[in-house]
Amino acid sequence: MLWRLWDSDGVYAFRHSPAAIIAASVAILILGGALFAPWIAQSNPYDLSSFSLIDGLLPPVWQEFGDPRFPLGTDDQGRDMISAILYGARLSLLIGLSAMVIATVLGVSLGLAAGYYGGRFDAIVMRIADVQLALPAILTALLIDGIARGILPPSSIENLRVVVLTIAIALSLWVNFARTARASTFVERNKEYVQAAMIMGQHPLRVMFIHILPNIMGPLLVIMTVDLASAILLEATLSFLGIGLPADSPSLGTLIRIGMQFLLSGEWWILWVPTLFLVALVVSINILGDFLRDTFNPRLR
Amino acid sequence: MVYFILKRLIQSVFVMLAVALIAFSLFRFVGDPVSQMTGVETSVEDRERLREDLGLNDPFALQFYRFSSDMLRGDFGFSYRTRQPVSEMIATRLPATLELGIVSLIISLLVGIPAGVFTALRPRGFATQAILLTTLVGVSIPTFVIGIVLIFLFGVQLGWLPTFGRGGTTDLGGWTTSFLTVDGWRSLILPALTLGVYQLTLTMRLVRAEMLEVMRSDYIRFATARGIPYRKLHFKHALSNTMIPVITIIGLQFGGVIAFSIVTESVFQWPGMGLLFLESIRFVDIPVMGVYLVVIAFFFVLVNLLVDMLYILIDPRLRVKEAS
Amino acid sequence: MLDVRGLTVKFPSRRGDFTAIEGVDLAVKPGEIHGLVGESGAGKSTIGAAIIGLLQPPGYVSDGTMTLGETDLRSLTPSQAHEARGDRISMIFQDPQTSLNPLMTVEDQLIETIQAHSDASTNTARNRAISILEEIGIKNAGDRIKAYPHQFSGGMRQRVVIALALCTDPELIIADEPTTALDVAVQSQVLDLIRRLARTRDIGFILITHDIGVIAQVADTVTVLRRGRVIETGETPQVLGQPREAYTKALMDAVPRLDRKLDRFSTPDDGEAPSAPALTTGIDAEDWLMEGAAQEHLGLEVRDLSVRFAGTRTSIFRKPEAYVALDRVSLTVEPARVLGLVGESGSGKSTLAKAITGLIQPSEGVMRLGGEDLPPARQRPRDHPARRLIQMVFQDPYSSLNARHRIGDILAEPLALYGLEGDKAKRRALAAAMLELVEMEPSNIDRYPHQFSGGQRQRIAIARALLARPRFLICDEPTSALDVSIQAQVLNLLKDLQTKFGLSILFISHNLAVVRQMSDDIAVLKSGQIVEAGDSETFFTTPSAPYSKELLSLTPAMPY
Repeated sequence: MLWRLWDSDGVYAFRHSPAAIIAASVAILILGGALFAPWIAQSNPYDLSSFSLIDGLLPPVWQEFGDPRFPLGTDDQGRDMISAILYGARLSLLIGLSAMVIATVLGVSLGLAAGYYGGRFDAIVMRIADVQLALPAILTALLIDGIARGILPPSSIENLRVVVLTIAIALSLWVNFARTARASTFVERNKEYVQAAMIMGQHPLRVMFIHILPNIMGPLLVIMTVDLASAILLEATLSFLGIGLPADSPSLGTLIRIGMQFLLSGEWWILWVPTLFLVALVVSINILGDFLRDTFNPRLR
Repeated sequence: MVYFILKRLIQSVFVMLAVALIAFSLFRFVGDPVSQMTGVETSVEDRERLREDLGLNDPFALQFYRFSSDMLRGDFGFSYRTRQPVSEMIATRLPATLELGIVSLIISLLVGIPAGVFTALRPRGFATQAILLTTLVGVSIPTFVIGIVLIFLFGVQLGWLPTFGRGGTTDLGGWTTSFLTVDGWRSLILPALTLGVYQLTLTMRLVRAEMLEVMRSDYIRFATARGIPYRKLHFKHALSNTMIPVITIIGLQFGGVIAFSIVTESVFQWPGMGLLFLESIRFVDIPVMGVYLVVIAFFFVLVNLLVDMLYILIDPRLRVKEAS
Repeated sequence: MLDVRGLTVKFPSRRGDFTAIEGVDLAVKPGEIHGLVGESGAGKSTIGAAIIGLLQPPGYVSDGTMTLGETDLRSLTPSQAHEARGDRISMIFQDPQTSLNPLMTVEDQLIETIQAHSDASTNTARNRAISILEEIGIKNAGDRIKAYPHQFSGGMRQRVVIALALCTDPELIIADEPTTALDVAVQSQVLDLIRRLARTRDIGFILITHDIGVIAQVADTVTVLRRGRVIETGETPQVLGQPREAYTKALMDAVPRLDRKLDRFSTPDDGEAPSAPALTTGIDAEDWLMEGAAQEHLGLEVRDLSVRFAGTRTSIFRKPEAYVALDRVSLTVEPARVLGLVGESGSGKSTLAKAITGLIQPSEGVMRLGGEDLPPARQRPRDHPARRLIQMVFQDPYSSLNARHRIGDILAEPLALYGLEGDKAKRRALAAAMLELVEMEPSNIDRYPHQFSGGQRQRIAIARALLARPRFLICDEPTSALDVSIQAQVLNLLKDLQTKFGLSILFISHNLAVVRQMSDDIAVLKSGQIVEAGDSETFFTTPSAPYSKELLSLTPAMPY
């Protein structure tokens, strides 16, 4: 059984694609680092008592004045860069993954139903999708953030930041899933195995989720990876614009925004270390997405 | 054909109405307009009178109708923050954003389409692999990071180009343009590149994918079997068929260009609508937010209508009736 | 003229080189139509692609010689080879719908092709294009040439394709399944055209097809291929009439005869053919089905059934014109008999099947199953008994089984759904036994559909239908996606099961010869209307409707 998996075409292609292997390793490394941040990181960047201003602005170890306690240096508050990045990635991935999951569930359900039933329901879903498309991702996210500021009292908004951000990102991504699921369902719906199930009188939900869904997973999986990357980028962008997460619980985007203040001074690492880390994360997710696309659609190679 | 255009028009009107509804609900339900317009010292009676004057006690549908017809007449209301008419604020910011968006779109098409064609025609070459890897990194770098890198390289390290503002602009009867001065162009380069890079990578990858698909089609195989010269085969037969799906997506991408201009404008302090929108979010300036939304959706819908017209020009199947 | 010796084509893959073609010899003289015939995987199309130099990468010619006149085709540089394409060798593809660039007029495509290989001025080229279109039978060519491909019907489009292949005066034209996508009437016209062009213009044709009937109709010489090797080659009457090789003979036997009805097909031993396994557990399945068969035989009656589809809307002021797919169709499937339903593509055959199974809502008409009213789609509840009693076998075995489900789950589904067997283990045992009944290994139930060939999948599809204990079976082109030898096996199986369990069957096919072998009664559908119905043998010997006569006369009869 395991041998069969190892020998299957997908795994074979993976074994023979250095780019995919490296990307997967980087992604797993970052994911692991983010997941186990509280145990790996030497200090907790959210805990003011765990760092001290005395250690502020230390460069990485290989530079003059580098401190071996802080291999990649510290920021102006004296926070260890590695710890800050691990915790930042934890937050970025948490938001990105939850937004992606919400968008998948919402988009796939609507898309499946629209493709399966067609007609008026389909028209309504697609018109809503049109409206959503006219309001690009970043705009939707900003808007929802703006609405939350208007509705919620300022005290609770700080606590709900992560939730608002996640919902905002999810709402701006669901259209991708809905459109892809709908288009694929249209194709599958006319295939004979689906007609066979319909003739037998199987329940529509069973036809959609047991019969059709497994057959359209390929393109959806590709979108899931690509949209995970978009979600992480979107979160970083929003935080960079200063309307995402605040400085006391920094995500990767917030770290970069803080680092921007040091663009013109000598403390390059405060900006470039988190930037490189973010880019490495997104690049590796995108490489995996590309790899999946090639594997599921080998004709495009 | 007429029906096709009409159908698209109706769909566009629907989208605009829906966006207007969102904008109106924003205005109406997020915060109380009356308390935003009045100070602490205003009496309860005055507030009620204002409420009545503004028609806030009327039925929802009537209010929405009034809101929409005001919008159609170009009356966008007043900003909570500056007390200026929103239409004026938008009008002064619009040229900056449109010029930035158009230049970056042109950059992305001028580079993206040829690069896409090249990588599709030589799928296995070394250059192709290099370009593909570069674009993969390109889509993975957030726009603001690209901006920072460009500022760092060309502004800070080399000192060649200005890194914020529009520089010298010329006023053409209310439309301020960067296109007529050297300084304006110099200021435009970095923001336009920043905005263009992401679109460029998307365009290139899309053209490549569609072109590969078309190159496998039966009619290309048949044309190859007839010995049609490769140049014609690639640039006449294949490219024109590739463009049909590509222009659709480029139309959709226009929304992306405008959206990402928010980021670019923030990085480069570019005095466009995006910066205005950011400021209005920070101050919960609902009328400006709503109008920005409507304006963006309007451009998006307009561009996509133009794309549909372009469709009819390119594709005879939409133009000429099918014969039995 | 064309001389191919020892042609070997290989496709490198990660499990080593796959040899698609090995040591193929082939000779075509000017004015000769040479047929290449074989079942799927025989390598027919690969030979054509190798000759014109358009092998799909990573395939390559590893051995052999190919000469056209004095030219060694293998020694040409890529650009020389490209110049020879069109100029000396042309090709015709299967599907006229997709072979033409949709964005260019026929005129532009013709002129461009002519000018690619000569210095003709645009005017000269246009005149030549018009005269070629006239020659291949397009009326009013001077005007029609300005049209776009989508403005031609399927048969006319294939003529345009032929004109494009012809307009540069090539010595050799490779036609890859040129008539497979066409209806029988258009097919015979296109074949006539090919024969005429070969004679009048002295062009050599390589005609690649899976259809032995087509070969018998037009080919002067024929090469029979199997798994990339030549089995037999020679004059068509000799190879098809007195085959020397056992494989050719078996292949000929498997071709359904239009001129007489046989009790069974003889099937070539093809490795895949099951050698009638001793039924062990299969008996259990048979007994279980027999239990179901104890129910009475059910016939189906359809009265004045009409189906209309909304046309594509072209104006907001006019309602779209309804497209009438079925126009007051009445027919009766007698209990425990097979009704063959024939008709060309677009005649409404599949629409009828969908209306009966409840996938499409008819606009009017009545359906009765065994005397009981059969409600149409929207009025038929999901738990209506007809859902179980009526089962269907589809055309495409590659899409009729869910690729993500195991065979065992696919087969057990009707058992669970209809509550025929409550116990999971028993369902599994029954599914395995059923596999044996359709002559497959019971151990296959844990595998996935993609691990089976087309014929095996069709057996699984039949097993699934039977496990519902149906009384009425609809078979919609059940063998048209299968090779002729596999078709013979599947038809035999269907026949056996029908007699054994007393099933009533609606057998839909465009292939008259197949229908003759399978049917007791027959109905002919044309543009949504029944033009003739009655006893099958009477229909084939003395058809009454003019359309039936035309259909029968156009169908190539096997003279050998």
